[in-house]
Amino acid sequence: MATTMDQDAAGGPLKTADGTPLKRKLAQAMFVSRMRALGLVAPLLAFVLAAFILPVIIFMFRGIYDDTYASRMPNTPALLAEWDGVSEPTEEMYAALVKDLIHARETKEIGRVATRVNREFSGARSTFTRSARRAQRLEAPFKEALIGVNDRWADIQLWQGMKVAAQSLTPAFYAAALDHKYTGTGEIIAQDEERQIHVRLFLRTLEISFVVTLATLLLGYPIAYLLATLPLRTSNLLLILVLLPFWTSILVRTTAWIAMLQSQGVLNDMLVFIGIAPDDARWSMIYNKTGTLIAMTHILLPFMILPLYSVMKTIPPSYVRAAKSLGATNWTTFWRVYFPNTIPGIGAGALLVFILAIGYYITPALVGGENGQMISNFIDFHMRRSLNWSLAAALGGTLLIFVLFLYWLYDRIVGIDNMKLG
Amino acid sequence: MQLDAASAEAIETPADGRSPDFVVFDQVQKSYDGETLVVKNLNLSIGQGEFLTMLGPSGSGKTTCLMMLAGFETATHGEITLNGRPINNIPPHKRGIGMVFQTYALFPHMTVAENLAFPLEVRKLSKADVEAKVKRALDMVQMGDGQFAGRRPAQLSGGQQQRVALARALVFEPELVLMDEPLGALDKQLREHMQYEIKHIHESLGVTVVYVTHDQSEALTMSDRVAVFNDGVIQQLEAPDGLYERPMNSFVAQFIGENNKLSGRVDSIANGVAEVTLDDGEKVSALAINVSQAGERTLLSVRPERVEIDPDESTVAHTVDGLVEEVIYLGDHIRTRMKVAGDDQFIVKTRNRLGARKFSPGEKVRVGWATEDCRALDWLEG
Repeated sequence: MATTMDQDAAGGPLKTADGTPLKRKLAQAMFVSRMRALGLVAPLLAFVLAAFILPVIIFMFRGIYDDTYASRMPNTPALLAEWDGVSEPTEEMYAALVKDLIHARETKEIGRVATRVNREFSGARSTFTRSARRAQRLEAPFKEALIGVNDRWADIQLWQGMKVAAQSLTPAFYAAALDHKYTGTGEIIAQDEERQIHVRLFLRTLEISFVVTLATLLLGYPIAYLLATLPLRTSNLLLILVLLPFWTSILVRTTAWIAMLQSQGVLNDMLVFIGIAPDDARWSMIYNKTGTLIAMTHILLPFMILPLYSVMKTIPPSYVRAAKSLGATNWTTFWRVYFPNTIPGIGAGALLVFILAIGYYITPALVGGENGQMISNFIDFHMRRSLNWSLAAALGGTLLIFVLFLYWLYDRIVGIDNMKLG
Repeated sequence: MQLDAASAEAIETPADGRSPDFVVFDQVQKSYDGETLVVKNLNLSIGQGEFLTMLGPSGSGKTTCLMMLAGFETATHGEITLNGRPINNIPPHKRGIGMVFQTYALFPHMTVAENLAFPLEVRKLSKADVEAKVKRALDMVQMGDGQFAGRRPAQLSGGQQQRVALARALVFEPELVLMDEPLGALDKQLREHMQYEIKHIHESLGVTVVYVTHDQSEALTMSDRVAVFNDGVIQQLEAPDGLYERPMNSFVAQFIGENNKLSGRVDSIANGVAEVTLDDGEKVSALAINVSQAGERTLLSVRPERVEIDPDESTVAHTVDGLVEEVIYLGDHIRTRMKVAGDDQFIVKTRNRLGARKFSPGEKVRVGWATEDCRALDWLEG
């Protein structure tokens, strides 16, 4: 290949000996190797795309889109959308509703529709199912007829709930995820005091993640230091001890903590035995936030130790010696010379632990009890119990956005290039 | 501190007010594993203002000695005193000894100026003092033109980093500076340049320097005295010229400079001159340096530039047969490798002067040297 550089580049773009611009020639030369590299990662790329990115996108979409109502009730959505949400529902709307109820009952989808509306207006489910059963026999005027079946049909709030449910593309779920309510009149207002739960849960998730990150840092830093400075044979043994939990199932580790921490567990028995805790008032260290904190700190510790270790390993012992020879005390040496050099490891470890902790699920589910639950446990609840997938998606989306925000913040403050994972 | 009174007496103050016993190693031994001694019974006095080099192959104990002096290793036995004060139990940061490391050990997260300010800040100097001293130190190593102070060590070349490390070790005005192979990572030309520069700084500041290296030419260039280490023992402690011209044992003769060794057996010793029969039967005489009795095996040491080829019989003590094996042209001089007394690594250096004779491989010649240039030393296997 003639890629000799044109030496007398008098200002113009460089050219190869045969006159083609150097840049294009280079791109041609790189193309083949780039394609080959792409070919190698293509299977993984396809897998990640199909098994991770696509589901995430689809699910994120669910957080703002729910056509449960609109796809099963063909007549009412258009009328509900036109309706201002304040005035009395018209006879036309009642008539369309009766048609829809009959349709939904025939297609056996009325249950789903009822559940959807019920989320916006409690008690709507029975109103819907009961009315649908009788809808066939109703005759005009439908307004009086429906109210005759169930006087809730006169309640404007039920209609407002239907208006929200009928709108497929809706901010209702994100509003709900942040303890707000999207009303039929298009406002977003704060949820009733006693029904506010998500923000508190987000805050608790943050608090637990933060405390766990701090705890792993405080516990992991000295261990990582030992790993990096001890003679090879000792440090290898220590490293195996650090890695050992990695080779054990997370369920085993978590249940081991149950055995350790429960009121008749090993730790409490010991505390009673040495007289710290009275036998009739044993410490409750599990099925609450304490349990979640202890178990998560233990499980996430290696994720802090390993990045720290890999960074500390690269800090030459001569730095510390130099600092001491220059007259610095042990503390000054640590604080002004050693510690600043470990910041990339702290950043990597803290980010890793924090992001893992913020989405932690199994451990809080097993040992969290009432007040040790985290947001992911709630997402799980909506996925498997309440089947409100859209709300689950909105909660997950909020969490994702928040994590991305933290990542951005970290990049601004510490700089992502500063991070060292190994 | 009852030791202070006793050791203060030991200091003899010479006329210039500089202690000849500024640093003293007194019967110092060091072992890492409790089985072998890395440093065996070291006794060494270093004078104030002296440039002393510890020279030796790796594993000879020289760096260990330096680390004991710096305080990063503790002596297993014996005592080290600095200016009359025993320092065995003083932690490194209170010793006030400057140190230059082989890897420079500049703090990567600080700028050059911050690196230099570090020893001053931990001594709680005022901001103005710190600035003035940092500037002076940078000027001293010719990095004072302002563009370097704000840079990080990673943005400097190896030579510049070395200068900064040197300035940092000197900025707090220590009386003693230790250097652990500071030029090891530089290329040859820069290394030679820095040798002179360090030497000049030493002369202008009058600071005591203990320098560790395995490079003998570096040791000869820079030092007032050189301590040649091998096997945990100082083999010879002398000024560079004495070390080269008057090696006291075979290790030193071979370690310092180029050396021709001829093995033989002592026939007799009289008036400091030993008669030696070489392994091929030729008889030569040599200064009896490290031989004590007839019948002993000995290695004779002759420097390559003291050997003459086909000499005038009257100027040399005796001649032996040589067979030219190889001639290497080096510009200023010519090295001729030949086989003498069964040894084919016998080197002769001749100045490349006008009319100098050129030899060719296979040529048979006579080589000779003066008795004073031939030293009978201890037998060393290999």
